[in-house]
Amino acid sequence: MAAPLVLVVLVAVTVRAVLYRSSLAAFISERVEVASPLNAWKRVVEGLALLDLGVSPYSGAVFHETPLIIYLFHFLIEYAELVFMITDVLTAVALYLAIQDFNKVVFRKQKLLIELDKYAPDVAELIQTPMEMHYIPLKVALFYLLNPYTVMSCVAKSTCAINNTVIAFFILATIKGNAMKKKNGSLCLSIKSRRSAVIKSGDICLLVFRFQRQFIPVKLKSKSFWLYTMQYAALYLCSLVVIICLSFFLLNSWDFIPSVYGFILSVPDLTPNIGLFWYFFAEMFEHFSLFFVCVFQINVFFYTIPLAIKLKEHPVFFMFVQIAIISIFKSYPTVGDVALYMAFLPVWSHLYRFLRNIFILSCVLIVCSLLFPVLWHLWIYAGSANSNFYYAITLTFNIGQILLVSDYFYAFLRREYYLTHGLHLTRQDGTEAMLVLK
Amino acid sequence: RGGGGAMLAAPLLLLLLLVAAGPGRARRDALREELLLSPLPTGDVAATFQFRTRWDADLQRGAVSHYRLFPKALGRLVAALGVRELHLALTQGFWRTRTWGQPPLQAPAGAELWVWFQPTVTDVDKAWKELSNILSGIFCASLNFIDSTNTVTPTASFKPLGLANGTDHHLLRYAVLPREVVCTENLTPWKKLLPCGSKAGLAVLLKAERLFHSSYHSQAVHIRPVCRDDSCLAVSWELRQTLTVVFDTFASGQGKKDWSLFKMFSRTLTDACPLASQSKVYVDISPKNKEKELLEVTPPPASVHEAVVQGDKKTYAVYDLLSPSLFNTSRSLNVQLKWMRPQDSSELPTPILHAQRYVSGYGLHTGEISTLIYNTHPYRAFPVILLETVPWYLRLYVHTLTIITKGKENKPSYIHYQPAQDRRRPHLLEMLIQLPANSVTKITIQFERALLKWTEYTPDPNHGFYVSSSVLSALVPSVIAMKDVDVEQSPLFTSLFPSSDGSSYFVRLYTEPLLVNLPTPDFSMPYNVICLTCTVVAVCYGSFYNLLTRTFHVEEPSRGGLAKRLANIIRKFRGVPPL
Repeated sequence: MAAPLVLVVLVAVTVRAVLYRSSLAAFISERVEVASPLNAWKRVVEGLALLDLGVSPYSGAVFHETPLIIYLFHFLIEYAELVFMITDVLTAVALYLAIQDFNKVVFRKQKLLIELDKYAPDVAELIQTPMEMHYIPLKVALFYLLNPYTVMSCVAKSTCAINNTVIAFFILATIKGNAMKKKNGSLCLSIKSRRSAVIKSGDICLLVFRFQRQFIPVKLKSKSFWLYTMQYAALYLCSLVVIICLSFFLLNSWDFIPSVYGFILSVPDLTPNIGLFWYFFAEMFEHFSLFFVCVFQINVFFYTIPLAIKLKEHPVFFMFVQIAIISIFKSYPTVGDVALYMAFLPVWSHLYRFLRNIFILSCVLIVCSLLFPVLWHLWIYAGSANSNFYYAITLTFNIGQILLVSDYFYAFLRREYYLTHGLHLTRQDGTEAMLVLK
Repeated sequence: RGGGGAMLAAPLLLLLLLVAAGPGRARRDALREELLLSPLPTGDVAATFQFRTRWDADLQRGAVSHYRLFPKALGRLVAALGVRELHLALTQGFWRTRTWGQPPLQAPAGAELWVWFQPTVTDVDKAWKELSNILSGIFCASLNFIDSTNTVTPTASFKPLGLANGTDHHLLRYAVLPREVVCTENLTPWKKLLPCGSKAGLAVLLKAERLFHSSYHSQAVHIRPVCRDDSCLAVSWELRQTLTVVFDTFASGQGKKDWSLFKMFSRTLTDACPLASQSKVYVDISPKNKEKELLEVTPPPASVHEAVVQGDKKTYAVYDLLSPSLFNTSRSLNVQLKWMRPQDSSELPTPILHAQRYVSGYGLHTGEISTLIYNTHPYRAFPVILLETVPWYLRLYVHTLTIITKGKENKPSYIHYQPAQDRRRPHLLEMLIQLPANSVTKITIQFERALLKWTEYTPDPNHGFYVSSSVLSALVPSVIAMKDVDVEQSPLFTSLFPSSDGSSYFVRLYTEPLLVNLPTPDFSMPYNVICLTCTVVAVCYGSFYNLLTRTFHVEEPSRGGLAKRLANIIRKFRGVPPL
């Protein structure tokens, strides 16, 4: 399996190298769908230039990266293209290994449940076989590396790629799951939470916890459960504190906290992007601004606990849905975030027969992706459209993403029902039954 | 006999008391007024009025209650708010340095206010806010729009022009309102501050309908402390009110470039201000290229004054309104100037330092500000300090700042950059750049345009947003060595800027203000946007709520609701099989 992966990596690297050298690189770096105020490369360079001038990068409103990025790029600025290509490759490799392990786990679990007779007798065609699961890790790596969204993110040198790498390593560490990796998992988690929003850390924390539940049954009275939780929380907090102090010591000031986290939470910059926030707050009455900022930020992470309760048996699917919700509702989304959860779609390819709207949703997503640059050009350069056109495409794109995720969720739940109740359902009088969600 | 003696003694005693107490109480103040008429190379005429009131009082310390020539409104302002220096200018139009030459005193388009506070002021920002509000009331200008989003604290430009010991730049505040319009409403309170008002002296010429029919109109107020005498043991306060106006006589003079006071101001001078100790009119009759004079001035001047002004030797015809011989022949003085021969337009001299600024780029996403600075001196290089204030919604990227002179990169020896904070303070960029002789320096910096909240746009958002002029301060080397001027003896137009040494003179230039368009949201859509976005969020919430709270069930056949039963009844009547 290593050889096809290496081939895929080589093709991806070639594509990126070719694009770096072409004139498209400048065009792609300017695109607002790919570079947001949080992760644009232009702003990283600006932050480093401000540091050279002797001014703190956080004294202005241009640089919103964590100090860890300054640490990283202070020395590597000459090799930036190489760094981003390597991060993409690392992400793909991490996802590959993670999904490989996940397949093993799924297989083991399936065998266990079949032996315990938990499945209905006529669901043979729904059981996953090693044959069909053999190529899934490669497909995941392929989906990630050759996704046009990822390629554009890489060519634009958006630090979203580094974000994705940390998340991928976190997923890898979580799925590997033994004691050693638990520490890695929490370290990755705290790095990731430092890199992106603190908000996300809360739910990912619960996410991991839910995964580990597989090995430790959840009984609130159980001592081992609480012991484990305490261990994990302590480890997480310690690594968080260490990383925050490291960030403090770079510039000897706490300026980065309002500049990075305050910026993500309060959304002062209304540069258009593919999310829902910018136009909403551009047209918001001042009086209600604070209320709606809170509502939108809460929206990001309040799905965690209900999803955790519903999907406690399926932590990886839970991670997928959670990552998707975060990348739809975060304050400054980019296509790089979308690319990460889309890389997981081959893992659920066995759900294809239960998906209801996949054709129309994929059409919506493709058409919207193509219309984004067109309507941007019409608004900003040609002057013949106005901001409403771009906003409409933003709405459509987000609806498409939301319905895609909920479609997969529906298909997943439906398959689970069929697995336990049988594929051919009959009513009391023997006629074929319909399945409804009530 | 005793009563008569007492009656005589009383008034005598009173007189003695008054004589004794008089000089001790009254503070000496003096007013000088001056008008400088200079024909510009293109045929326009620039008229600069200066009214200087000098008051030997210490406004900061003693409680002064008797104001004579110095306006009470400004005196109390200086005393109450701890102002050390105040410079306020209201300008309409732009001084074209390249064609008109170096200005005696330039101001940027709009309103400009810069103030040095005393070191005793603890909260400078609070004092600045109060000051701008009070001045807004005094001058009927919208100076109350000066707030933290357009105020900066320059570190190198705008050094004090008066007496100063120690210059902590945290006591300096500078703000420009480029959108401010100047009109009669601002001229009237300015004229009211003059001791003679507009009733006598040179101020009778200041009639609004002629002054605003001009290419450039700038009125300013400068307050600063000066030395009382050569030993400089005591401080006097100087108030200068200057008004510069440029008339385009070619356009309004039936094709001829001759001008006269009556043609320009539709008034003539009849007398001097009785409160003024000096009242003079200077006309610049410097010969060009050392040839026979090309202009003829009538009535012939009583005296001619030669001075080195801005590095050049100039000759002025002087009319002293206080001399009795001036109004002997006629009741009024109407200075007229005739051109003897048509001026060769190729002889237009270029000033040693001039600059221009423009915005380039297309679309509403990004842009670039370019400043071109010209040094036309044939062999001398000199440094210039450039101060740029850019509003926060044009996000500057300082890593794109490039300075190119003669094709090579020119690194500034001093850069002070303070990045903007959204909705709180603007960008401040100050640089000290060395200009080589006979060169053009191009300074470019790229910016990104921000999308603002819909309430932050002006009612005419597609007009654009103004970027205030950038300021260039330089010590330009002069062709002829200049002697130190004695403020009291020399004309006012030579003594505004203190000169450090005779080999160069101080010049402050302003570039053009810029007009930049920002992308706008649709202003008619707030409710629609809120509804649509909340709908999308609700779609997500609804889908997930359904999937999380409901479970799959096999559908039970239902007997049908009320509608179905009604429909079946109707079908029975029609004779059609039921549903």
